[in-house]
Amino acid sequence: MAEKILLKGNEAIAISAIRNGIDGYFGYPITPQSEVMETLMKERPWLTTGMVVLQAESETSSINMVYGGAASGKKVMTSSSSPGISLMCEGISYLAGAELPCVIVDCQRGGPGLGTIQPSQSDYNQVVKGGGHGDYRNIVLAPASAQDMYDFVDLGFDLAFRYRNPVVILADGIVGQMMEKVELRPEKPRRSQEEVISDAPWAAVGKPSSRERNIITSLSLEADVQEKFNHKLQEKYDLIQEKEVRYETYRVEDAEYLFVAFGCSSRICEAATDLLREEGYKVGMLRPVTLFPFPAKVVSDMADKVRSMMSIELNLGQMVDDVRLAANGKCPVGFYGRQGGNIFTPDEIAEAFKKFNNFE
Amino acid sequence: MKEEIIIAGFGGQGVLSMGKILAYCAIMQDMEVTWMPSYGPEMRGGTANVCVIISDRKISSPIVTRYDTAIVLNQQSLDKFEQTVKPGGLLIYDPNGVIHTPTRKDIRICRIDAIEVAARVGNPKVYNMAVMGAFLKMKPVISLDNVDKGLAKCIPARYSDLISLNRRAIDEGMDAVVEIG
Repeated sequence: MAEKILLKGNEAIAISAIRNGIDGYFGYPITPQSEVMETLMKERPWLTTGMVVLQAESETSSINMVYGGAASGKKVMTSSSSPGISLMCEGISYLAGAELPCVIVDCQRGGPGLGTIQPSQSDYNQVVKGGGHGDYRNIVLAPASAQDMYDFVDLGFDLAFRYRNPVVILADGIVGQMMEKVELRPEKPRRSQEEVISDAPWAAVGKPSSRERNIITSLSLEADVQEKFNHKLQEKYDLIQEKEVRYETYRVEDAEYLFVAFGCSSRICEAATDLLREEGYKVGMLRPVTLFPFPAKVVSDMADKVRSMMSIELNLGQMVDDVRLAANGKCPVGFYGRQGGNIFTPDEIAEAFKKFNNFE
Repeated sequence: MKEEIIIAGFGGQGVLSMGKILAYCAIMQDMEVTWMPSYGPEMRGGTANVCVIISDRKISSPIVTRYDTAIVLNQQSLDKFEQTVKPGGLLIYDPNGVIHTPTRKDIRICRIDAIEVAARVGNPKVYNMAVMGAFLKMKPVISLDNVDKGLAKCIPARYSDLISLNRRAIDEGMDAVVEIG
């Protein structure tokens, strides 16, 4: 049986990075994600797997180190929390523009500005809709447990390399700080340089005489070239939307009402669903695991079946826009959220549900 | 079986590590656990608390507002969490420094003088294990075999001589806990 150990979500990211043969981590400390680098520094993987772990002088610097590492075909990653991700957005746009694979962990805290260090989901729009400039998308995975944090590192790199695209693991203070049982999956060694070259034939690894130079850039000054490139990116995003949607459902088989919630909120919604079921309300829950690609078709299909939906988020209404677009007027879509580091309880969600549906 | 526990006290009393050890012992019993600490500004102000949930089924929400057991190790924590114990639930407190004692009549109330136990065992650092012993006496949700295994997981091999000391503190805590209402 695989070993199960108790880990914080942030620790699980670090342990998973080492065990999955990641080549490099570049970061800068910020609450509530500092345990990622703390754990890496404690484990000292440069002595075992050869993984590079480096504390940069800022988030701007770390994301550009990621750009450099990714350009050479390596599996490189960074992590931060909301204000730090804002600083990284320029770099993320460049990574998307240069089609470079990488994994970025955002352990969200409350904003705007310096905000609070408490959990929040108020960066949905920033991470899912862009953040940086230009017509680009990140692939966004939303973990709800320490096990997800562990598993999404490997899945993230898999997707990042398959599509040559940045992947963001959009966590939050709860998932990052909470300890849970984590099953350690079988280890994967770091790739040899030959494997890197065959995995990433586009990478800047030194030019052999057998091929043209590989150029990694996001600059193109000719309008037609840039437009063509953007269409190519769009085709890639369409393919991702078609192939990579991931979601989970809870008690939806006979549901008349639906909660839609991601990350830590989905855990609390699950408890609210049970509470309401005990009171006789036929409630179910949809948890989008990928936020881009958003499970729009599932929401649309559910909208044909249920009387109403509610999006439950630790913000003042962000994912709800995507739920409404997907439901497309087929059923009423409500919203309930908390802000500023406050976290809703299952009872509170159940109350909001009754209020929205006029049950009291 | 599902046990929702809040452990609260001053920073340095070993509140978070007691939660972690308890969680590890539960894992040894093949149960599901969540351990959710306070990491916000209140932590900087000197008090610390952690919510530990132990269950034989998958745990949905790691955030709860009513607890089966509250373990409170200072006056502030007692004031804050006494009302959050479910009716019929358990409150364990350390009387040192507590002026306003618990008043509820619909819950079980226990006292553990863990400072005295730790002094008797001979090491103030095992204070939290005396408290854990008190909890395990009142709610034997984890077998002592699995407690031993959990301790061995939590204490690094180079300090393995401390396992028996911690285990002694747990035993003495079990003996020292007093149910008062």
